[in-house]
Amino acid sequence: MATFDEPDFYQKEDLLQVDMLPPKTDWADTPVDLRPGTFIYPGKAKNLEILDLPNAREWAVTDDDWKLPDDWKKTVLEGMAERLSRYRSFKVFMDICVRCGACADKCHFFIGSGDPKNMPVLRTELLRSVYRKDFTALGKVFGKLAGGRPLTEDVIKEWFYYFYQCTECRRCSVFCPYGIDTAEVTMMARELLGLLGLYVNWVIEPVANCFRFGNHLGIQPHGMMDTLEFMVDDIEEATGIRVDLPVNKKGAEILLVVPSGDFVADPGIYTCMGYMLLLNELGLDYTWSTYASDGGNFGLFTSHEMMKRLNAKVYAEAKRLGVKWILGGECGHMWRVMNQYMDTMNGPADFLEVPRSPLTGTVFENASSTKMVHIMEFTADLIRHNKLKLDKSRNDHIRVTLHDSCNPARSMGLLEEPRYVLRNVCNNFFEMPENTIREQTFCCGGGAGLGTDENMEMRLRGGLPRGNAVRYVQEKHGVNQLAAMCAIDRATLVTVCDYWAPGVNVTGVTELVANAMVFAGENERTENLRLEPIPGRQPADEEEDESGGSSDE
Amino acid sequence: MKVLLPLIIVGGLFLLGFLGATSGMEWIFGVVLPYLAGALFLGGLIFRVLSWANVPVPFRIPTTCGQQKSLPWIRQETLDNPHNTLAVIGRMALEVLFFRSLLRDTKAKIVDGERLTYSTALSLWLAGLAMHWGMLAILIRHLRLVTDPSPFFVTFLEKTDGFLELGLPVIYISTIAFLIGGAYLLLRRLSSPQVRYISLMNDYFPLFLLLGIGLSGFWLRHLTRTDVVAVKELALGLAHFAPVVPESISPLFFGHLFLVCVLLAYFPFSKLTHMAGVFLSPTRNLANSNRRVRHVNPWNYPVKVHSYEEYEDELRDKMKAAGVPVEKE
Repeated sequence: MATFDEPDFYQKEDLLQVDMLPPKTDWADTPVDLRPGTFIYPGKAKNLEILDLPNAREWAVTDDDWKLPDDWKKTVLEGMAERLSRYRSFKVFMDICVRCGACADKCHFFIGSGDPKNMPVLRTELLRSVYRKDFTALGKVFGKLAGGRPLTEDVIKEWFYYFYQCTECRRCSVFCPYGIDTAEVTMMARELLGLLGLYVNWVIEPVANCFRFGNHLGIQPHGMMDTLEFMVDDIEEATGIRVDLPVNKKGAEILLVVPSGDFVADPGIYTCMGYMLLLNELGLDYTWSTYASDGGNFGLFTSHEMMKRLNAKVYAEAKRLGVKWILGGECGHMWRVMNQYMDTMNGPADFLEVPRSPLTGTVFENASSTKMVHIMEFTADLIRHNKLKLDKSRNDHIRVTLHDSCNPARSMGLLEEPRYVLRNVCNNFFEMPENTIREQTFCCGGGAGLGTDENMEMRLRGGLPRGNAVRYVQEKHGVNQLAAMCAIDRATLVTVCDYWAPGVNVTGVTELVANAMVFAGENERTENLRLEPIPGRQPADEEEDESGGSSDE
Repeated sequence: MKVLLPLIIVGGLFLLGFLGATSGMEWIFGVVLPYLAGALFLGGLIFRVLSWANVPVPFRIPTTCGQQKSLPWIRQETLDNPHNTLAVIGRMALEVLFFRSLLRDTKAKIVDGERLTYSTALSLWLAGLAMHWGMLAILIRHLRLVTDPSPFFVTFLEKTDGFLELGLPVIYISTIAFLIGGAYLLLRRLSSPQVRYISLMNDYFPLFLLLGIGLSGFWLRHLTRTDVVAVKELALGLAHFAPVVPESISPLFFGHLFLVCVLLAYFPFSKLTHMAGVFLSPTRNLANSNRRVRHVNPWNYPVKVHSYEEYEDELRDKMKAAGVPVEKE
């Protein structure tokens, strides 16, 4: 019997019965329904203590009393005032929303749940109503008539529930005529909750790990070595190539920073093996780092300050090792941080050089200040200059579609590079419908720290738009793999695809690159990096057995 | 309540202007209040814009809606993902003049109980454009009242706007666009369950106010035929700070004028400031050039980090055992 934290607990027919009609009661008078499967467990005190965060305590979401500190109201209002004076975005977004509702059915959680408070406009109104009451002239005079709402403990509970039901994917902000970005409001709300010691453990534990060990999973240096060496062995088994494993190597030219999700879980590890093979084949002088062992940054989901605290290690390590520039792996929110925050927070990186591909001579002018290049930009440039020997027919059994990850799409605009790479390593690439890709891409439903199992109902609901689009290309084009340039995607979309489009596997782009690459001195390639047989590449006598076996995948 | 109350208030305000003028308070409603409202509008709007402009923009956070500028052989979508100020101006122009983002609007629906579909939804974009452009044209046409002779662009606009030559006096297209656009926005607010659910009095009140101004203006031009010469005398007097209140102005005009005064006074304290705020929205008015040009946060402060030294001190033995190079043996 499945439990609420397992997909099997939920019937597809039930989840598809989305009632988009709002309830009879006014939203301000409708309390939160805290049912299991839709909220995330609180941050444990020990994690807050590691990070020196205030008001650490044990509490439960279902408790009546959340043990808020005595002066909690003052703390929140002062926190709001401070942020209103520091972030123009926050102040403008509080003031200018006209509630046109264009954002409403753009949110994957609203589409999947029908809960009106998942309409971005109403999600932000949860905070805006308090702002109006305490920070605007009309609200101070007319109160509720002017849409003001007093700050109460119930409001705090509502904030906790709904601002941890936003994946900060920014899709709504694409459609807003004023560019109001719910992600920005969610970030502010989470900071305010944080002042009261209210975090979710799925975010704050990785943050604590990352602060101490350099990566969210808390992998210590020897553990990381084991993991990478294990991958080196698997690579050798699949290709016959024994790749070098440079770690914390001083004087290397390039520091490689990837999301730590790629160190442990299937299918992320194959993408990681892809990085190793690619860089090894090119003979690049690069290094891994055990200290900067995660480019991912759950600080983004905690507070600006925490983002900066976790991100500082990247430039610090680049400086210590004396590298020339930084190459970044396939990760979504990591690239939000690298593209929009890192240089401002922890720069200037004037000790590094403008990135230049040693193989093609291409100077990455677009990264001339941060000195950090995305591996898709790097690989696309290599392919363009014929620096990779590719046999794309090795991927002929794969019919792939590309899931644009939210942050590279909407906080960067990295859209063509992965497509160019995919078309050059696969013969069968199919796009999902246009309202679900590029800047209109749908979130996996598990970003921004929501990808935990106790939140399963909301993950499946939030994953519906993406899952539905995958199902569409699966039926229309026989798509059997979904490529995603994001470690969170590679973790959460497995669940989403298994549920909404069973039979579609998840992969990273670099995994497909490595599978198509012809390496100097390689074995005859009969297996891919997953050590699965490649159809049509088996010795004649084994062929028939294998074709039967591989269809299980 | 959320709908009726603002409707009643707007109706009452109109009556107040009307009755005030009939009871000999023309000076108050024709001169004092317009000046007061004008001052509130200007002062309030400046205050509001300064209140935004005085807040720093710590991070450059544009929402990118197209291909970035990266490798030279990949075509950048300049207007949806601008890389410099010129491109940002282009993006903002599209946004402010043509509501670019709203044009993307779609409607999501689950059909056959399992397929999610997205259909183009242009009505909000269209109604919004009609209302805003209509309002702008109406505003410009009103310049005729405070200038003598009217500037060429006002006369030109009047001619173009009235080219249908329907009715006498001519019914302007902008008037119709404004009223129909506004009426649609109101109807949509009332009829779409989701939009109705999120709507506040703050949303209905300005809509009723704008529609009230539009309808009373229409009434004054086409139904009661106000003494335009007298109105112009009043307007010119106000504009030249030498106010006069001619006798022959219909009290209905004062109802119209009073609603305009209320709108002006209410404007800076309401959501209507989106007119100015859209220019200051950091997700739209910044270039996506973060990796090329460093953005400086004026209040960037040092934070507590876990340094490499602390990291190595805690883990040195394990690093050495695993063959990871260390700084201190």
